[in-house]
Amino acid sequence: MDRPADAPVLVRRPSGGDASLLRELVAYLRDSRTELREEWVRRITEAHLLSVMTPDEIFSEVTAVYDNYVDALETGSVETLQAYARDLSERIIPRGVETHEVLGIVLLLRDVLARSLFVRYQSDADMLNRILDAYEPAANRIAVTVGVSFVEERERVIRVQEEAIRELSTPVLQVRERLLILPIIGSLDSARARQLTEQLLGAIKANRARVVVIDITGVATIDLTVANHLVQTVEASRLMGASAIITGMSSRIAHTLTDLGVDLSMMRTVGDLQGGLEEAERLLGYQADRSDAGRSASGD
Amino acid sequence: MSVAILQHGDYLIASIQADLTDGQVLELRDTLADRLGVHRIRGIIIDVTAMDVIDSFVARSLRSLAITTRLRGAETVIVGIQPDVAIALVQFSLNLEPLHTALDLDEGQALLDRWTTGAGRGAG
Repeated sequence: MDRPADAPVLVRRPSGGDASLLRELVAYLRDSRTELREEWVRRITEAHLLSVMTPDEIFSEVTAVYDNYVDALETGSVETLQAYARDLSERIIPRGVETHEVLGIVLLLRDVLARSLFVRYQSDADMLNRILDAYEPAANRIAVTVGVSFVEERERVIRVQEEAIRELSTPVLQVRERLLILPIIGSLDSARARQLTEQLLGAIKANRARVVVIDITGVATIDLTVANHLVQTVEASRLMGASAIITGMSSRIAHTLTDLGVDLSMMRTVGDLQGGLEEAERLLGYQADRSDAGRSASGD
Repeated sequence: MSVAILQHGDYLIASIQADLTDGQVLELRDTLADRLGVHRIRGIIIDVTAMDVIDSFVARSLRSLAITTRLRGAETVIVGIQPDVAIALVQFSLNLEPLHTALDLDEGQALLDRWTTGAGRGAG
């Protein structure tokens, strides 16, 4: 934007007039609530943000955010807005609203309001300058607050889910009397390996297990620490009177373990889960018989 | 001494009631070794259910007990190691080999039964 040569100092720090300027600003924003809000919704729709929400929903959220936004400008306190943003995040995160959408919306509002200020004070560059000086820091702070609230809420949800996954991901199942299966799926880290050991030992005690089959078909990779944990799990199971059988070890993991030189002399491994169960049944003295004819002499 | 030693058929059952001092562990070892010969004992079950801690000294003493009693013709089984204790033992690499372990008293007795009625008879 070109300025006339005789324009006043470009950046002027407002001294005492800050508060009254903000008041004027707030009054203006309240007066123009309807138009500005509609403009904002139009821009949101144009930018294809919040596509998972209906226009009605967008409008009512927009109204609430707008009012909170103006209140925050007026009082300078972002606490109410923060609470609202957190509450809003809680509602929209499960519907798949992304971080870039939330940030985009808040920045759009900032732009819409700033532009309306340009229009209103276009004849008075000095006044516009001072109004923007008052408006910009407050607006930026609000944008940051909303963005941070959203991300924090998102992280909280992730933490809760992580916890839930951790609980769910290591079931210890009893398949026969004294025979447990521990299917491990996903990535193993030290914390999970430790938790898994504790869970398994608890189950051995509770179910009086003599054999446990640890199936690691669903584990993609393994490192030295985790490999040692696995060895310790097998060893600890033995101390509690249960033999452990490891099944489903991928060739990649087998290579890794060999290369790392992990001591596997204590480990009993069988190729797949079926083989592991057969071995376990043999250890427990079960003998599987097929009742129909034509069974092959495959017993060992 | 906080260890009750009971005789049950051909077996001695040593039930440890609390964490033991080093002296008590040695005393237990000697007592068991002595009583072996007197009663024609073929197996010893040591129940450590009540023990919260098995340190390196206890672990080593139990191992030497097993080796000693084997020389005198009896197998030893440790039963009732708690999950926490098992984790601690493996984390500190305290090897209980060649000690045999079983979940509880019943299991330990079943294990001894298998040995003493099977190969144990001829070899003992």
